[in-house]
Amino acid sequence: MNAMTTPFRGTWSLPYRGKVAMAGLIIAESAIFTIFVVAYLFYVGKSLSGPTPREVLEVPVFYTICLLSSSLTIHFAVKSLERGKQSTFLSLWIVTIILGGLFLFGTGREWHRLIYEHGLTISTNLFGTTYYSMVGLHAFHVTAGLVMLCIVAAFGLANRVGADQSRRIDVLAMYWHFVDGVWVVVFTVVYILGR
Amino acid sequence: MSSSAITIPGVQIEDKPWVDTLHEWVTTVDHKRLGVLYILYALLFLVVAGVEALIIRIQLMFPHNHFVSPQVFNRLFTMHGTTMVFFMGMPILFGFANYLVPLMIGARDMAFPRLNAFSFWLSALGGFLLYFSLVGANGLYGAGNAPDVGWWAYAPLTARAFSPGHSTDYWTLALLVSGLGSIGTAINIIATILCMRCPGMKLSRMPLLAWLNLVMSGMVLISVSPLTAAQIMLLIDRYLGGHFFDTQAGGSAILWMHFFWIFGHPEVYILIIPCFAFMSEIIPVFSRKPIFGYPVMVAATVCIGFVSMSVWAHHMFSVGMNSYANSFFTITTMAVGVPTGIKIFNWLGTMWGGRIQFKVPMLFSIGFLFQFLIAGLTGVMLGSAAFASQLTLSYFVVAHFHYTLVGGVVFGVFAAIYYWYPKITGRMLNEILGKWHFWLFVIGFHLTFDLMHVPGLLGMPRRIYTYEPGRGWGTLNLLISVGAFIQAIAILVFVANLIISYFKGAKAGNDPWDAWTLEWSVSSPPPVYNFASVPVVASRRPLWDLKHPEDPDSRYE
Repeated sequence: MNAMTTPFRGTWSLPYRGKVAMAGLIIAESAIFTIFVVAYLFYVGKSLSGPTPREVLEVPVFYTICLLSSSLTIHFAVKSLERGKQSTFLSLWIVTIILGGLFLFGTGREWHRLIYEHGLTISTNLFGTTYYSMVGLHAFHVTAGLVMLCIVAAFGLANRVGADQSRRIDVLAMYWHFVDGVWVVVFTVVYILGR
Repeated sequence: MSSSAITIPGVQIEDKPWVDTLHEWVTTVDHKRLGVLYILYALLFLVVAGVEALIIRIQLMFPHNHFVSPQVFNRLFTMHGTTMVFFMGMPILFGFANYLVPLMIGARDMAFPRLNAFSFWLSALGGFLLYFSLVGANGLYGAGNAPDVGWWAYAPLTARAFSPGHSTDYWTLALLVSGLGSIGTAINIIATILCMRCPGMKLSRMPLLAWLNLVMSGMVLISVSPLTAAQIMLLIDRYLGGHFFDTQAGGSAILWMHFFWIFGHPEVYILIIPCFAFMSEIIPVFSRKPIFGYPVMVAATVCIGFVSMSVWAHHMFSVGMNSYANSFFTITTMAVGVPTGIKIFNWLGTMWGGRIQFKVPMLFSIGFLFQFLIAGLTGVMLGSAAFASQLTLSYFVVAHFHYTLVGGVVFGVFAAIYYWYPKITGRMLNEILGKWHFWLFVIGFHLTFDLMHVPGLLGMPRRIYTYEPGRGWGTLNLLISVGAFIQAIAILVFVANLIISYFKGAKAGNDPWDAWTLEWSVSSPPPVYNFASVPVVASRRPLWDLKHPEDPDSRYE
């Protein structure tokens, strides 16, 4: 009679909820960034006053390399955690934090230069409005990512991160890859198409 | 039964002090309690926004009426629209998704219970922020006022120059915050459905309610996010002196329209798809037949999900897009009617040849089918660029979208409440009061919204606070307002029914409707842990298999 309590025969495996949720968050965030990218591209060249992107923007090659290579280090950090090599994981993880921090420092320096040397603020013209809001939104995501990376690093230094946590750490790595991917788009739009 | 509540003999449960009960409800992470909180919160706002609608209708009852001032009228329609969409429609549908999805897929809770509570309280904060503008819009020392920019808040009305004070800021923040809550809940629903199903519950065996909520949640991710982005831009404009929508500095008011409607049109599908889900559960049970064309229903829903993302600019036919854009959005709008039509035929196919039981949930479902069909027909009319440019911004449009949102969503929600109230409370809703509610609401609805098409065709613009006598709109507007009051009486009957039945209703038992999905296998109300032992399913109708072991569905799948 009771068909519903008979044990299930065969294998029953479902995806990990952390990965699915992070994928969902990434889809939602992508939609947010898409709107900012559309606004940026729509307003390219429509500013009524200077300065223009061509006059003031310098391509941040070094800091871009920093951020993109941090994707590699975090990938190998997670891989070594899966294999149980905790010290390799921790050193690669801290390298990731340093690379991300360098990128954020680069953004800060660029903003400082734009504001104090060129007088470009968010209210100067359409370029300022769209540039600061899009790059700022990305920098906000880098900052949020760094906070989470630092929390993991603190636990790692306390020797609390082992191979059994690698699934969760992998979810955070997904987020970090997403932040890097967004930078590829922002970089292309701001420094290549938008100039 | 495998999963009734565990009772320990000889143990008397003492009544807890009410402070403890309140504390439990406020700090709960149980999907059922959060679902109930969502639903109660939404019903509160249904009443608030309903009263706003009644004041609007009193003002429009007679020509040159002076019940409220033009300024108050603007605030009323803004608050009515914003409240109904964001603080009634979204929460009540999320409430049902929260309550039902884990029970239907055989899970003990959502994938992320704390995220679930966080999302609910974010949405609750959003509603509070919106109504706090009534006291705080000019700062606590000044007299407050409510947002008055319309629910779509077109630029440049929202610029600092035209919206001084903080009323528009409260509007923006309310939508931003509740939008973040919606995204959190949507992620949660997706993770729950994909990762928490009980053994044997393949995607192809999932109840349609779970399927449709999966599609709805995916749409929330893609279409609520643009609204969040647009609200951030508006805040930058208002607080940091940005120029996104500032035409004086080269910004574009049209861009706001695009961003808003990229959210706004999928939003109406986000509201209606969960109601399709209710229909797909209720109609088969009361027709005593399995749903007709299950795979086609799933395919049609996914199809609606995709196509509805590309129809937004049919809200903008009159802003002067080029003819290619107009043609494109006309064609996509016509196209989205096809999968919707397929669904209507599937529900009719389910009823066809069935032994239909005209209980109250079924009455509301039949009302839904009839009215949603008519709403779809006026939708196809307005979807044509040529026709829309004649009737845009008229009462015809108001009648059309109230037909979908009241005739569709509200009827669907009432059907769901009558159907699942016994599960949630353990008591049946009174059938006689339910029929009074249904018939009064149907009569009031048709009096109001059938007639509302006519002043639109005669040229009555929307959002006017009064009109001159002698235009031929007077009698119609009076009748429309009378209909609104009949609906209000119906809602009073409904609220009375909710309260009376909670205390005096007949005991429901586990399965009052002889239904087939997993939520009816547990006690009413379900125990905190839902299922004492995790169920195993072998077909789309696990309870049918249980009740008819001689002829289970699993034999045919």
